[in-house]
Amino acid sequence: MPMPIEELEAALREGFPDAEIQVEDLAGDNDHYRARIVSSAFKGVPRVKQHQLVYAALKGRMGGELHALALETSAPA
Amino acid sequence: MTEAATTDPVHKFIAEAVSEHPVVLFMKGVPDQPRCGFSSQVVQILDQLGVDFVGVDVLQSEPLRNGIKTYSDWPTIPQLYVKGEFVGGCDIVREMYQNGELQSFLEQNGVLAQ
Repeated sequence: MPMPIEELEAALREGFPDAEIQVEDLAGDNDHYRARIVSSAFKGVPRVKQHQLVYAALKGRMGGELHALALETSAPA
Repeated sequence: MTEAATTDPVHKFIAEAVSEHPVVLFMKGVPDQPRCGFSSQVVQILDQLGVDFVGVDVLQSEPLRNGIKTYSDWPTIPQLYVKGEFVGGCDIVREMYQNGELQSFLEQNGVLAQ
């Protein structure tokens, strides 16, 4: 089940208020996205944990409502 | 992995699979015939590096498909395990492969032929 890009962005902004967030709809179908998130929340956090934080911000919608979300996460340089 | 891991039969199966085999890929389809582009990418990377791995097709079992998500606290498939440790999904594996981290990680774990 697809999710509008605005909804995805809003959920990410809520989860990472300080972050620099870019979301792209890769296939134009509201179901395959790429998100780049640069947040201080990721500082010193292993990558698996970084992605888990993003999934937590999406509150269980990843893998259900949202089929594909390619993630690039990092802490500010 | 949580405390529940030992009591849930599916979690028990997963725990056994990842401790018995050094490299396990939970995927959609089988390594010779992946049924999802993300699973296929990870298979290609492992093949490229010449890693001997066991593929577990989660599409064969709905409890397994759900169980691996709760076991790893990771909502998507594929999922790569090395020496019982969750390494990541498609994005992380690809990123690690591209920056050379995956090769050294696999070497350190003794699962990559020199």
